[in-house]
Amino acid sequence: MSDKASADTGIPPTPGQRILNGVIDVVLIVFCILMLLPLVFLISNAFKSPQELLQWPPTIIPRDATLDNITSVLADTPLLRWITNTFFFAVLSTIAIVSTSAVSGYVLGKFKFPGVHIVFGMILATAIIPFEVYMIPLYLGVQQLGLLNSLWGLLIGYLVMSFGIFLIRQYVISSIPDELIEAARIDGASESWIFVRIVLPLLRGPLGTLAVLAFFQAWTAFTWPMIITATKDSYTLEVGLALFQTGFTVDLGRLSAAAALALLPSILFFAFMRRNFVQGVASSGLKE
Amino acid sequence: MRELAGTWHRKGFTFAVLALLPALIIYTLVRFIPIVETLRLSLFQWNLISRRKPFIGLDNFRELFTDALFLEALRNTTIIAFGVLAITVPLGLVLAALIHHRTRSRFAGFYETSIFIPHVVSLVPAAMAWKWIFDARLGPLNAVLGLFGLPPQAWLFDPVLAIICVIILCSWQALGYAVLIFLVGFKNIPQSLYEAARLDGASALQCFRHISIPQLKPVLLYVSVITLIAAFNIYAQVFVLASDSQGAPGRLVRVLVLDMLENSFRNYRVGYAAAEAVILLAIVLALTAIQFRVFREKGRA
Repeated sequence: MSDKASADTGIPPTPGQRILNGVIDVVLIVFCILMLLPLVFLISNAFKSPQELLQWPPTIIPRDATLDNITSVLADTPLLRWITNTFFFAVLSTIAIVSTSAVSGYVLGKFKFPGVHIVFGMILATAIIPFEVYMIPLYLGVQQLGLLNSLWGLLIGYLVMSFGIFLIRQYVISSIPDELIEAARIDGASESWIFVRIVLPLLRGPLGTLAVLAFFQAWTAFTWPMIITATKDSYTLEVGLALFQTGFTVDLGRLSAAAALALLPSILFFAFMRRNFVQGVASSGLKE
Repeated sequence: MRELAGTWHRKGFTFAVLALLPALIIYTLVRFIPIVETLRLSLFQWNLISRRKPFIGLDNFRELFTDALFLEALRNTTIIAFGVLAITVPLGLVLAALIHHRTRSRFAGFYETSIFIPHVVSLVPAAMAWKWIFDARLGPLNAVLGLFGLPPQAWLFDPVLAIICVIILCSWQALGYAVLIFLVGFKNIPQSLYEAARLDGASALQCFRHISIPQLKPVLLYVSVITLIAAFNIYAQVFVLASDSQGAPGRLVRVLVLDMLENSFRNYRVGYAAAEAVILLAIVLALTAIQFRVFREKGRA
């Protein structure tokens, strides 16, 4: 760290520091490769023949890559159906979370009526309580509505996100000046016009971040979809895959193929949305 | 001025109420009521279908603490949670320090991304990758052990080893989050502190020990609590790696959420499962309370 300061002030590092930096780079590169290795092997195994899967040491790039595993998985399981289910679930959940967070975050951040603090406090309090604590009563509620085993039943668990309201509220307080809203009011603008035309465009950044977080949250949800869905064609990807891999008869090649297909969308999505995602997760650590 | 404020004030109030209403209704239905229901159900005996739902006070809780399966779940979950903590926080701190030190390296983006990817990818496929690694017959882990002349282990069948496998998988996932938050923490430490220490002749290690660690204390605590809470709620990882559902090979590592789901949906004991949920809630609240308390003390000092 002491040498970072010198780097910032433009003093060139000494030979000793340069060697140390090189060693640190090597350590980090090796560690990072080890972190990625399980996923790399998973994807590579998906393209291997049964014989090659048994070989030691395992190859990273399959010698005779085959698509057999993938075609056979796609023929045997409704994997595409599961992907579609998960996609619609994630999109609807994202829309619900983004819109409730935008509206509530703005009101809770800019309107100082009595009671606003209590509402915000209650919403924040539910953020501390894990979903697993109250999912059984929520399940019973979904059951009463007759929505078990449906997309709407799934959605009920993922309509709101306390962290989203918190994130937007923070941004509204810190980055949208009161004068801006005040000026529009004096010009005679209605409250809803102010929200839609002035506030919402300014919230584009944090709402984008929130959308990425919400989409991932639903895409990777497991426990709730596990209890809500009951038939093969209503499974989400995670549930379908988890139950598929418990089967006795499934071989490693096809398991890897199914897992790799499930993994790919989340990796691709992450690659495109990396900045948003990292910002969102990082800001969750700053709520002290 | 006050008059003017008064006129929009009323309009503003109507807008605020109407705008908050949808979120409030949703919160009431999908958060507040179910949370209260959990607390209430924990005091009743109910089998999910019967009309009879007698109030039994704290009997569910009394029974829980004599229930061997629940105690096993509580023990396993606690071991896993603290195991993940013991790996993730020190390792994450060192990695974040090294990455922060090499911020100007051309690999900096690669470091951040590759450590973070395991945290974001879907749980089940990632757990399946590890299930292959741990596989007793085909897995590379035993093969690597063999290179060092160590005997192969039945990783997912041995009760102790299976828990270690779960800890490794969960730490692999949690590490990216810890590193990311620590990096933010490192960036927020004023450079002037390091410069002053350097003038006094402090070594890099001394700086880390006497400046970075104390400055990062709140962040360390935050990551520790988040990591523990997340680990107390694990289910998917255990389901894939070590549950025996539908005859999959692997020993069952009983964790709290699994035990809770089994009690409510396999044994139809909803009140009993709710009591378990209340205990989970108590653990989480206790952890949060510790965090708040330390923050408050820090603010006062």
